[in-house]
Amino acid sequence: MSDSFTPVVAGSALGSKAAPAVTPKNIPNRGGPANPSAQAIAQQFAGAVVRADVIWGETIVVVDRARVHDIIQWLHDDPSQRYDYLSDVTAVEFRDLEQPIEVVWQLRSLPYRRFLRVKVLLEKGATLDVPSVWDIYKGADWLERECYDMFGITFTGHPDLRRLLMWEQYAEGYPLRKDFPLRGRFSRSEQLRQALAANPEARYSKEELSIADAFEDLPAEMKRRLATGERTGE
Amino acid sequence: MGLSPRPEPTFKELSGNEPWITTKLDQFVNWGRKNSLWPMPFGTACCAIEFMATAASDYDLARFGMERQAFSPRQADLLICAGRVPFKLAPVLRRIWQQMPQPKWCISMGACASSGGMFDNYAVVQGIDSIIPVDVYVPGCPPRPEGLLYGILMLQKKIEHERSGDKTLRQEMEPDPTTQLYIPPAVIDEVSEPFGNSVHQTRSGL
Repeated sequence: MSDSFTPVVAGSALGSKAAPAVTPKNIPNRGGPANPSAQAIAQQFAGAVVRADVIWGETIVVVDRARVHDIIQWLHDDPSQRYDYLSDVTAVEFRDLEQPIEVVWQLRSLPYRRFLRVKVLLEKGATLDVPSVWDIYKGADWLERECYDMFGITFTGHPDLRRLLMWEQYAEGYPLRKDFPLRGRFSRSEQLRQALAANPEARYSKEELSIADAFEDLPAEMKRRLATGERTGE
Repeated sequence: MGLSPRPEPTFKELSGNEPWITTKLDQFVNWGRKNSLWPMPFGTACCAIEFMATAASDYDLARFGMERQAFSPRQADLLICAGRVPFKLAPVLRRIWQQMPQPKWCISMGACASSGGMFDNYAVVQGIDSIIPVDVYVPGCPPRPEGLLYGILMLQKKIEHERSGDKTLRQEMEPDPTTQLYIPPAVIDEVSEPFGNSVHQTRSGL
């Protein structure tokens, strides 16, 4: 644990005169009070916001693909925003051929008790790539890998973009895309043949393999401790 | 003066004093085997919850000689596959089966393990019998503990009637070296055709 660790208290940035957190009632389908961060993004990044909606009380900001990384970085760092928790990275594809694929970042600001949904629209037919937010939130690692696995969206800047749920040699495509048949593209026997050809032990991540490779480079004292079975890092 | 040799007991003396039986070897061995199965639970889904209920005190699997659950395939002779098996798990299940020593049996517990169940999709194996040989299929979603016990009793009955003269019984099924499949691909495709509601599943026209 680093020395700079400080616990985050939910709502601590709101001050002592903030209203207590209650479950909202009678939320309209459209409209209603928007998350102030939506306005702040529009001011800070002129022209980057495509549109901002409030649906069922949840604020959705659709932004420009080229600036989404800067926006999320700013939301994370700025003292007036402090979005310190990334709930989810996922994507939505619609059956409509004209409608673009949406990549969704679900953000949570613990100190301000705010939720914000940031979206980027990706036109079908063009290359599906968005910047990775792994350098801002380390937790985005597997979320982005899953999104890549299921939708085929490339997150540029991700350190280790591989399939997460399906095995790495999986050749049938991206299962959550609308053009993917439910039963898969290959016949059942071919699917089984390819699955059985996989080596169940070949599952180590690049990181684990690189740690094993790096064993020789460790200091002699640490090597001695590791060799006697001591676990480090906990 | 030497020790006088102990007189050989006569057949009559033997039969009079010590109990003994005659039986067929097969019957005796099968009786032992069927009452001391060591199950290895391969639980992947909700069927495993029912399996745990079966093993717990109310239903008590130990009444049928399954006191010891083996969590290592090398000390097990009954594989109970409880739950759906995704394609990613197929080589793992195959290897676990190959690690079990003979004699060994397999129970496919529940609809998903037996046929893929309602998961007629890209990720789930349509019946574990396309990976490993199965002795007893237990239907249900998930089967109640009574269902699993009935399946186990059926397996015990099957073991009871095994004959050691039948050399094919203990033969390991060798998969085809090129495709790694036991059964011809055409058969797998035929038995995993969509049926019931999955015929009408929403297919994407895109």
